[in-house]
Amino acid sequence: MSGYNFAYLDEATKRMIRRALLKAVAVPGHQVPFGSREMPLPYGWGTGGIQVTASVIGAEDTLKVIDQGADDTTNAVSIRRFFARVAPGLATTERTAEATVIQTRHRIPETPLREGQVLVYQVPQPEPLFRLEPRRSETRRLHALADYGLMQVKLYEDIARHGRVGSSYDHPVMVNGRYLMSPSPIPSFDNPKMHRSPALQLFGAGRERRLYAVPPYTEVRSLDFEDHPFVPLRARGRCSLCGAGDSYLDEVVTDDRGGRLFVCSDTDFCGERQAMREAAE
Amino acid sequence: MSGLLPGFADPVADAQSAFRAVLEAVARPGRVQRLPRSPAPPAPLSPAAGAVLLALVDAETPLWLDAGVTAAEWAVFHAGCPLVAAPGDAAFVLATGAPPALAVLDPGTDEEPQRAATLILQVATLEEGHGWHLAGPGIEREHRLRVAGAPDGFVDAWAASRARFPLGVDVVLCAGDRIAALPRSVTIREG
Amino acid sequence: MYVAVKGGEAAIANAHAWLAEERRGDARVPEIGTDAIREQLTLAVDRVMAEGSLYDPGLAALAIKQARGDLIEAIFLLRAYRTTLPRLGASTPLDTGAMTVRRRVSAAYKDLPGGQVLGPTFDYTHRLLDFALAAEGLAPPATAEADPGEDAAPPRVTGLLAAEGLMAAEDASDAEPGDLTRTPVAFPAGRALRLQNLARGDEGFLLSMAYSTQRGYGNNHPFVGELRQGEVAVSLTPPELGFEIEIGDLMVTECQMVNQFHGSRTEPPQFTRGYGLVFGRTERRAMAMALMDRALRGAELGETAEAPAQDEEFVLSHSDNVEATGFLEHLKLPHYVDFQSELEAVRAMRAAVEAERSRRAATQPEMEGPEG
Repeated sequence: MSGYNFAYLDEATKRMIRRALLKAVAVPGHQVPFGSREMPLPYGWGTGGIQVTASVIGAEDTLKVIDQGADDTTNAVSIRRFFARVAPGLATTERTAEATVIQTRHRIPETPLREGQVLVYQVPQPEPLFRLEPRRSETRRLHALADYGLMQVKLYEDIARHGRVGSSYDHPVMVNGRYLMSPSPIPSFDNPKMHRSPALQLFGAGRERRLYAVPPYTEVRSLDFEDHPFVPLRARGRCSLCGAGDSYLDEVVTDDRGGRLFVCSDTDFCGERQAMREAAE
Repeated sequence: MSGLLPGFADPVADAQSAFRAVLEAVARPGRVQRLPRSPAPPAPLSPAAGAVLLALVDAETPLWLDAGVTAAEWAVFHAGCPLVAAPGDAAFVLATGAPPALAVLDPGTDEEPQRAATLILQVATLEEGHGWHLAGPGIEREHRLRVAGAPDGFVDAWAASRARFPLGVDVVLCAGDRIAALPRSVTIREG
Repeated sequence: MYVAVKGGEAAIANAHAWLAEERRGDARVPEIGTDAIREQLTLAVDRVMAEGSLYDPGLAALAIKQARGDLIEAIFLLRAYRTTLPRLGASTPLDTGAMTVRRRVSAAYKDLPGGQVLGPTFDYTHRLLDFALAAEGLAPPATAEADPGEDAAPPRVTGLLAAEGLMAAEDASDAEPGDLTRTPVAFPAGRALRLQNLARGDEGFLLSMAYSTQRGYGNNHPFVGELRQGEVAVSLTPPELGFEIEIGDLMVTECQMVNQFHGSRTEPPQFTRGYGLVFGRTERRAMAMALMDRALRGAELGETAEAPAQDEEFVLSHSDNVEATGFLEHLKLPHYVDFQSELEAVRAMRAAVEAERSRRAATQPEMEGPEG
């Protein structure tokens, strides 16, 4: 696409985002305000993640884009196509293992990430306390004081009422023992994958104009209580396509008479397993 | 301005390459990164310091540097950054000689720790595997980094700065075309 | 010598003539026809029909032309026309389950019976100006035959959840709902009137209020259970016939938001519904309406109302843009009688303050502060 800089953003914007990213990595879990730009995709579609990816990638990178774990979901296809248009030379892939930069919405791949990979999360709401205190002027103060009593009380009330911690996705985490952080709306099943991951994890919230980061091998603890430890949720069963019993499953409704089956949400992971099974047969 | 040395050969790709090296360095403190696509800045600036500067500094970031008039002219011409006289007013501080004390640089505020200064510190050599013991986010167990030419008393000053976390100063060490970073989250023990 | 200002009639006539001229614009440019507006500015037409509470694309197009593209003005025109129409009867409830869908998506399931049908959506376009559109006379590229899916009337997602007992049941009622265009709303209004109000509320207002609930001002955890768009039949049972007859089709958009509900003393944990149904392809409005419907159900579900979006009286009283724009813009009208008494009041207050200050200065000059 002529008339646009490599990766769409102009160089001054990239520098601004890059400086913010470096500070975000230096203060793990802290939300860094940044001058988010209007993008040619709507807010909520991943403008934060797109801006982070655009500031990070170069022509030597291999980009993978997933939404709900899948490479073939409409929004993932659209974003991958966008980068293919605006970043000449950039390779794209659907293979987790081959990617150097992975932009994601709502999932962490099942295939363990490695050093040298960057995982870019699209974040709708970076403020983990927003349901408890909607005023960002106030939550900023609470983060400065590391005062997370509100969240402890909320989790305690969940347990008292439902016998378990209430959030099945976007379950808040403590990063490096200092900052309370939203993991983005990933299922709580994925939370443990953030803990001491060898990959660099970057988070972009375009509409809310915040960036944050978790460096590799950093402690990421899902909030819980000693007598009510954090338990990630997952549909019971196996994938109907590859047989995996340890992956996160999507429920597919097959008819309107209660018919259901489960398949891996991570399409690359599932495809790999199916290919291996076929090869073995 | 005749005789002014050029900046990046390919401003878009080279800046991206330098940034990725800095990002990797900050994310894995003590790991040494090479910057093969560095410019050739005027002495006493090293290629790595020149690359980090051009990748990150611009009109929005006040710069303090101690590298003399030619280097300052080069930086202002290519990066368009304002120069400041006091290190405490700078977003980026580039030291080729004895750097200003960490304590005088901007450490950010409790609510805005991201406003802290970045110190680009030129040293003689950087070597992995021995020297300082580094621990903290980005490090699986321990990284070792030998820094030849580090300022006197740096490890003690760092410990004092580390105690203010999340306030503090982030450091990018440069030697030749190599860099390593010390984000404020890292702890250093003499080796 | 001063002559009092008169000549309002001439001023108004001149203004109207000028307005007509401005509406036409440069006479060398062909005049836009209402048929062009109806066919090419379809989403503007749909918005005007929805907020004008009148399903007539031709009249909506005329209103848009007459209003020079000011949609609130066009809505106003349509409302003013609508109010003159006789009310002949009430249709039977629309069966959106039998809708011929042109678009149907669920964000809650990857795949489901009837499939995901994207339809003609902006959703995955890249927002880059298409300069080819500036060139006139280009025929649009041929589209692939629209695929209505295996099933033209796919099952509702909320029905699938209900079959598993996970969807809170709604209070069914055969009572004829009130009509807020005929009877003023009293609070609490109840859900039927709320939905009526939201269905014709200002799109910007609904959007912003719904957005505020997403940012923490009124909690919700919404999923788009299903969004469907298409044509539904409108039927009427004339009392003299005693059986149902179909009188036409409407293009509508329906949104069913599914929200987690932790349960109460009497209800188990389950999903609750936020419902939106609007004229035309006004998808943003349908979604905002569904979020607002759920936000306003707090009292019924035992939630405490803390945010503006959860306050029924606040939301319903301020959602109508014809009311709002009228009252806001009326500030342009002459107010000089009232203003005259304000002037007198302010002058009197200043005189009193001055007198008090002089009195104090005369008695205690040494107490005067530097800012006094």
